[in-house]
Amino acid sequence: MFLKEYISDVYNGVTSLLKGMRKTGYYFLHPKEIITEQYPDNRATLVLAERFKGEVVMPHDQNNEHACTGCTACELACPNGTIKVVTKFDVTPEGKKKKAIDALVYHLELCTMCNLCVVACPSDAIKMVPTFEHSVFDRSKLTKILNKPASKIREGIE
Amino acid sequence: MYNQTEIIKDTTDLGPEGELVINMGPQHPATHGVLHLVVTLNGETIKKIEPHLGYIHRSIEKMCESLTYRQFIYVTSRMDYLSSHINNLGCALLIEKGMQIEVPERAKYIRVILSELTRIASHELWLGAMAMDLGAFTPFFYTFREREMITEIMEETCGARLTMNYIVPGGVMYDIHPNFQKKVKAFIKQFKEKVTEFEDLVTNNVIFQSRTKGIGILSAEDAISFGCTGPVARASGVRCDIRKLYPYDVYDKVEFDEVIETAGDSFARYIVRVKEMNQSIRIIEQLIDSIPEGDFVGKTKNVLKLPKGEFYTRVETARGEFGVFIVSEGGTNPYRIKFRSPGFSNLSALNHMAAGSKIGDLMATMGTLDLVIPDIDR
Repeated sequence: MFLKEYISDVYNGVTSLLKGMRKTGYYFLHPKEIITEQYPDNRATLVLAERFKGEVVMPHDQNNEHACTGCTACELACPNGTIKVVTKFDVTPEGKKKKAIDALVYHLELCTMCNLCVVACPSDAIKMVPTFEHSVFDRSKLTKILNKPASKIREGIE
Repeated sequence: MYNQTEIIKDTTDLGPEGELVINMGPQHPATHGVLHLVVTLNGETIKKIEPHLGYIHRSIEKMCESLTYRQFIYVTSRMDYLSSHINNLGCALLIEKGMQIEVPERAKYIRVILSELTRIASHELWLGAMAMDLGAFTPFFYTFREREMITEIMEETCGARLTMNYIVPGGVMYDIHPNFQKKVKAFIKQFKEKVTEFEDLVTNNVIFQSRTKGIGILSAEDAISFGCTGPVARASGVRCDIRKLYPYDVYDKVEFDEVIETAGDSFARYIVRVKEMNQSIRIIEQLIDSIPEGDFVGKTKNVLKLPKGEFYTRVETARGEFGVFIVSEGGTNPYRIKFRSPGFSNLSALNHMAAGSKIGDLMATMGTLDLVIPDIDR
């Protein structure tokens, strides 16, 4: 009785191990089915989903104009104080004062990529882009000003 | 041949001088995070387990009180990060219930499909990590191959791989990607082909079976009294699936079985999770072709204000019942938030399950509880 149990245990152990080994051996002999990506080497061919939330940017057109009115909707929508809108008053040719952004300060180090600011923006001035390699040696480099120098608001956006 | 039950039920008391206290964690690789277990040993037999919490406490409940109803949803992704989508869904459901926001059918379908994908991804990760706890490293790569397909779907539609924040009160943040249906169908096809690999590698493995069968037994009465939910309680024969008992979104329209096992041991918990993955596939198959056209988000006010009162909703995450309780004063922020997380209650049963067994079996018992430490600590 004892011997019978012992032999059947050994038999079961060996067959179940061989079953597993056959599976792993299959992939060993079929390297094309392995899907591992060699990340830092394949940077040139790496394709990220276009919706991937990596960083907030403000798109500018060829005339260096953006669509941000400085309404601070993004600042209010942000849960962790990532965005700070600094506004100024421009003087129009007619002599009227008009509100415009001086700087849209974006703290990447505080951002959790929740996308709430992009959803809240009424004029689609900011968007998420799929850049993801954000490591730098100094934390202060992660504080960015999103509007380019000397950029202006596009005509017709209120 | 040895008699297994005799060995695992060794209760000879060596007295206080034979006692040994071992600190497992907070940096132990098999605790999956910063869980600190103070294990009192009697020779090799476990006498008592005391979990020490607080290493990853971020005071999420207090943090939510200073955020608006739109903002606090994203924080819940950081609790149970493996089923972050379902946590977000629970919070959104509560706000919709409190404010009587109508959710479009299309959004409901998308939410349920993504919830089930999240559940599969979570169970896949658990399966690989659990096998790794028991010394098998290969299944980890096999499960991550299927999980990668899900994270790719999430990346394409939600814009993130783990903490999606795709659900907003009233629907979802943006419409699904045009490739969504095609990719999900490709995933279902591959999953059905490859699920047999797990059975060859893990389920039918003699070493795995002898290390999990009869280990960490939890009776149905104990499961109820400890407040266990999810696969842990269902493996003990307790009906507790929120999707069946209190259906939300479109769970009342789909057909699926609540997986119940009665053994209550580690192997039963393993079987429940593997079968649950197949049930999730069944739910997705029923919904994926019939996503209705229409809006993906309902009409909501710009500033959400819950009416004065107390609100509670629950959803079934991959680990069990996740409950959100909000006391509102009628303002834009919640007055008090309490989360009922499944991991905390499941952990409380660990001492009961593991006391009296060998220390080597503790890994098998703890692994099948599927603990996510940020969910326990919050």
